[in-house]
Amino acid sequence: MMNHSNHYSSERMAAHEYLPSALPFVLLILLYAAAAILSSRRYGRTWPLSRFTLWLLGILAAAAAVIGPLAEQAHRNFEAHMAAHLLLGMLAPLLLVLSAPLTLALRVFNTGTSRRISRILKGSYFRFLSHPVTASILNIGGLWLLYCTSIYSLMQDYLLVHLIVHVHIFLSGYVFTASMIYIDPTPHRTGYILRTVVMVTALAGHGILAKYLYANPPAGVPAAQAEAGSLLMYYGGDGIHIILILLLCLQWYRSARPRVVCGKKTSRIALGDQEVV
Amino acid sequence: MTETAARSKYGRRNIVSGLLFGIGLVAFLDETVFHQLLHWHHFYDRSTTGVGLVSDGFFHAFSWFATIGGLFLFADLRRREALQPQAWWGAVLLGSGFFQLYDGIIQHKLMRIHQIRYVDNVHIYDWVWNIAAVLLIAAGCILLLRSRRTRQS
Repeated sequence: MMNHSNHYSSERMAAHEYLPSALPFVLLILLYAAAAILSSRRYGRTWPLSRFTLWLLGILAAAAAVIGPLAEQAHRNFEAHMAAHLLLGMLAPLLLVLSAPLTLALRVFNTGTSRRISRILKGSYFRFLSHPVTASILNIGGLWLLYCTSIYSLMQDYLLVHLIVHVHIFLSGYVFTASMIYIDPTPHRTGYILRTVVMVTALAGHGILAKYLYANPPAGVPAAQAEAGSLLMYYGGDGIHIILILLLCLQWYRSARPRVVCGKKTSRIALGDQEVV
Repeated sequence: MTETAARSKYGRRNIVSGLLFGIGLVAFLDETVFHQLLHWHHFYDRSTTGVGLVSDGFFHAFSWFATIGGLFLFADLRRREALQPQAWWGAVLLGSGFFQLYDGIIQHKLMRIHQIRYVDNVHIYDWVWNIAAVLLIAAGCILLLRSRRTRQS
């Protein structure tokens, strides 16, 4: 798909050269595993393996975007750059949010630390940051800034800009996902209608940008790469968006299950949430 | 809750669910059939107006949500035993027709997002497209009126 870059094969790094930069990601995986074991022992209830798998996949998705062959390619090829951003800004945040890292952290830290963490989460700064509207502006607005200003070309030239952009893409993706789907403790919850409206607007902003880039590539990006990259952004984004919408609807469906118990139909209504026949 | 009370309470939810699913269904068929399978529509044909780009983006995002949200509302109506099939289908047709007409007149013609097909006699395609939309709307209205009459009698 993206092997047509001219000098690429001669500059390809050997696998062992990636090892040092892979270390932080390996540490993150081990840290989560250790916390899961500790929590299972302390509470006598096994921390779900599915959550660990989600964490593992999330870290791998993020790692694939920043180190390794795809990340190398992303410097030169806009389509590879977009693939990396889908992994780092959308897929990895979704998987990591679903792995409930905060819940796990609050379980394994001692009471003092846990209390300090929840105090920060309850604070007004965090409330502002994690509001769906703020999170969407940071996430989608950040993308518009990146591709419609000279930040994109600066990012290719300066390591520091490159680093900041990547950190922002990941963090804003994570905060956005967490502001829509409630898995970890969320002190400042917002209603389903608000989240729906904000999510549709944010998804529209993403789609519009993808189509805009199709015809108006960032400086220095050849037309063919811009078209391939924007198609990937559009349809790849759609794929993740479906999962987000499904999860939001599912959370509504569960929270809105009928709890009324009266009259003759009691048994049938009470079973309502399990009945899909 | 008695059956009549549930009916009136969830009557609107039947309509909303049907409308959402109808809009989503047509958008989905449009994407699969005309964009992906036939390749008649173009992803972006460069004659799109700015407002067309925005409208298209919002409708695309909204239709994803509408399909999934509409079906979750449908499942909710079923578990509450409050589904009114005739009204629901009527709303599906109405939603489909509305989106088809909006797409055919506003998005294709006024905002020039893309044409149905890139041929000389595109107006024939436009007519077929929009007449189909009007027929869907008419069928939807008939079903909705009939369901209201059966409920009243």
